[in-house]
Amino acid sequence: MSDEKNLYTKRIVGYSDEISVRPGNKISFMVSSEDNAEYDASFVRIIHGDTNPDGPGYKVEPVSTEIDGRYAGQRQECLGGSFITVSNAAALDGLESFTVQAMIWPTTPEKGIQSILSHWNVRDNSGFILGIDSNGAASFRIGDGSGKVQEVSTGVPLIAREWYFVAASFDAKSGAARVLQDPKVDYAKCNDRADGAATFSGKVGNNDDPILIAACYVENVGSRIRAAEYYNGKIDSPAIVSGVLDRLQMEQLLARKLPDTLQQNVIAHWDFGRGVKATTAYDASPNHLNGKLVNMPTRAMKGHNWSGREMNWANAQNEYGAIHFHDDDVYDAGWDIDFTLTVPDSWKSGLYAAHVRVGEHEDYMPFVVRAKSSVSSSARAVFLVPTASYMSYANEHMPTDAPLAQLLTGQVAVLDTEDIFLLQNRNYGGSQYDTHSDGSGVSYSSRLRPILNMRPNYQCWLGGSGSSIWQFNADTHIIDWLEAKGFDCDCITDEDLHYEGVKALEGYDVVLTGTHPEYWSTPMWQGLDAFKQRGGRLMYLGANGWYWHIAYNEDAPGIMEVRRAEDGIRAWVAEPGEYYHSFTGEYGGLWRRKGKPPQMMAGTGFSAQGFDISSYYRRLPDSHDERAKFIFEGVNDEIIGDFGLIGGGAAGLELDRADRLLGTPPNCLVLASSENHSDIYLVVCEEILINFPGISGQENELVRADMVFYETPAGGAVFSSSSIAWAGSLSHNGYDNNVSKITENVLRRFLDSTPF
Amino acid sequence: MSLYKVDPEKHRHLADEFRANTVGIHSPELQKVLNVFRGADMAGKYVLVCVKPHKEWMLAQLGEGRGDPLTLHHNRVFHSIEEAEWEVFKIRWKHYTGEALTN
Repeated sequence: MSDEKNLYTKRIVGYSDEISVRPGNKISFMVSSEDNAEYDASFVRIIHGDTNPDGPGYKVEPVSTEIDGRYAGQRQECLGGSFITVSNAAALDGLESFTVQAMIWPTTPEKGIQSILSHWNVRDNSGFILGIDSNGAASFRIGDGSGKVQEVSTGVPLIAREWYFVAASFDAKSGAARVLQDPKVDYAKCNDRADGAATFSGKVGNNDDPILIAACYVENVGSRIRAAEYYNGKIDSPAIVSGVLDRLQMEQLLARKLPDTLQQNVIAHWDFGRGVKATTAYDASPNHLNGKLVNMPTRAMKGHNWSGREMNWANAQNEYGAIHFHDDDVYDAGWDIDFTLTVPDSWKSGLYAAHVRVGEHEDYMPFVVRAKSSVSSSARAVFLVPTASYMSYANEHMPTDAPLAQLLTGQVAVLDTEDIFLLQNRNYGGSQYDTHSDGSGVSYSSRLRPILNMRPNYQCWLGGSGSSIWQFNADTHIIDWLEAKGFDCDCITDEDLHYEGVKALEGYDVVLTGTHPEYWSTPMWQGLDAFKQRGGRLMYLGANGWYWHIAYNEDAPGIMEVRRAEDGIRAWVAEPGEYYHSFTGEYGGLWRRKGKPPQMMAGTGFSAQGFDISSYYRRLPDSHDERAKFIFEGVNDEIIGDFGLIGGGAAGLELDRADRLLGTPPNCLVLASSENHSDIYLVVCEEILINFPGISGQENELVRADMVFYETPAGGAVFSSSSIAWAGSLSHNGYDNNVSKITENVLRRFLDSTPF
Repeated sequence: MSLYKVDPEKHRHLADEFRANTVGIHSPELQKVLNVFRGADMAGKYVLVCVKPHKEWMLAQLGEGRGDPLTLHHNRVFHSIEEAEWEVFKIRWKHYTGEALTN
């Protein structure tokens, strides 16, 4: 690794198709190398990604494979922006007079030219586009294929985030072209109800290109589509009809009550309220011009006719007929495969990465290797790699987008090379902490794109003072400690737990969490809960776990959804009526709001956060209870963790507390609590009903981490450190310290199958 | 964005407090000043860029809009985070009070 960071760009980036593999499985890697430069590839096992000179230092171990070597590089583009493509446009052949219409809720009409519904060939300018012009007004373009483009506009800008009926028609006989925009709500003196008319010459030129909704087709790039004129906002019930409809007939079509005599003229009338969980846009016309969603625009969105009587889209699909498109949505980057590894049988379970290098530039593409079989593995402990949480934070832009970022950390934001790359390459998509370019929240996050903040050696503005690392890289503190202490421990991922349930944990006695396992699907929750019910032991080595409910898509691998619903620490908030996941139909938001606070899983749950310095724990009387004796064996200190790489203490960043009323078991021992946090730490908003002064670290008792232990009915047990910074203290003084000792005592006892 | 007014005379002692401890527990008065400084809009906001991990940082400013490139101040390189924090504090003090802090 180069000592000096390149400040301007990363010239090589990549991603893998899988996040978790077993020996014998194949995993493919997709790489983009600027200027098509040759690059070197090899593999490493990641042990400790923290470069802080005050700690054990950067540790990645080369592992040789048949892949090692030099590769011809190619620059590959991340084609961001969502749309629907309808590949079979033959029904438009010979189109003469026609009408196109849709309900739209534009979010950036001021952005300029955008396509709402298009069938266009950029090479000869043939076809038509119903869109928005450079003035933000509804517009209609046709081209006859000679290169000439004729356009008519309403001339009046649309108002952002208002519903409009937009339509256009062309009479091939008279040449009459018309476009209109009718707002659903009238405001005084706004005058945004408008139409435009013109007489066009010639006719609409045929082409074989696909119909696009929310963008305009340009060309194919391999199996992908390069589009242009990306639209931001919602579209509901778009349609194409042969012949010129009058205004009444347009309304009848919108209501899907067109007279029988005109039904045969309907070429396509898409119904986005149908098949919401999947990636198909259904055409309700007899032509079945079904489309495919590209880059995962957001579904289960309120339509133009949402009444507010129903909050769950599954119960009123006709009122959730909108899809929200964004010009920076990304699902699967779809790059060509550069190399494919068959994971060697000799590899032990752990964190690995493909390492690619061009000169001083490098990238790591991390993945998890599981045991070949958990049942026959020698390891009785397993580290649950919180990949759902990594995905939620994937390519997060808060230090460059969010004015509150430096308030949260109490420091000037420090940008790493990866942050600068993401700042300038918005087409790599955002995290679920970001907003889209139109200000709406990012609900979906994919791992099928380079995730530049999920890298060893990446420093993160959220990681407090000191090492300043977060999520993936911070979790290597635990991997390193397990390695240093000689514990035999496998790794599995959140996705393994989601897809396999408790079976993924079969054969293990102890589950260790990461530092911040925040995002949980229902199958993940149920799988871990079943493990506990069967006597499994849980070591929660972090904080703010089991917080947000998420959903994976059954049809589209590698993407997950969150709805920032009505409560919790939120970087954005979902619109009222849009709290239900589109992928599963489940109610989204906090697990706590669904009757399952984190205290029910781990004994503690999110209580406060701050991102400057960390503090320490002070032992409580429960720590001297006979039941907790094994935990403090060899620990005589009253103060625990007044040292560490994360903010200088073991209690920091995010803090959880015990609370009987939120589900902490009555037999739970609160062993120690942290204290003396800075005023950057504030109580989480879900704890605040009537707001009041005095919610910061120097004043409020809820700003604390509770270290807890309790036994479960089946002879298992739970230990929770309840602090994200805990793992940063493990290596202090050559791994000889009270945080390390407590963790070791717990793990050794938890590995002992004697029931508690 | 904070509405608190930073007074160059009344609050001068808070600069000394900050310099002695740039990150961590501050007096309530200093925290109010820092809330003004750190809560500013993003256009032109000061950030640091990591040049050498844990060794060297460069002063930079965000662009005017989303995705606009950074302005890197190549002549403002620091070898400790405390030094960098103090430099940004001085810049912001001048911006909000009109008066320069001396070292």
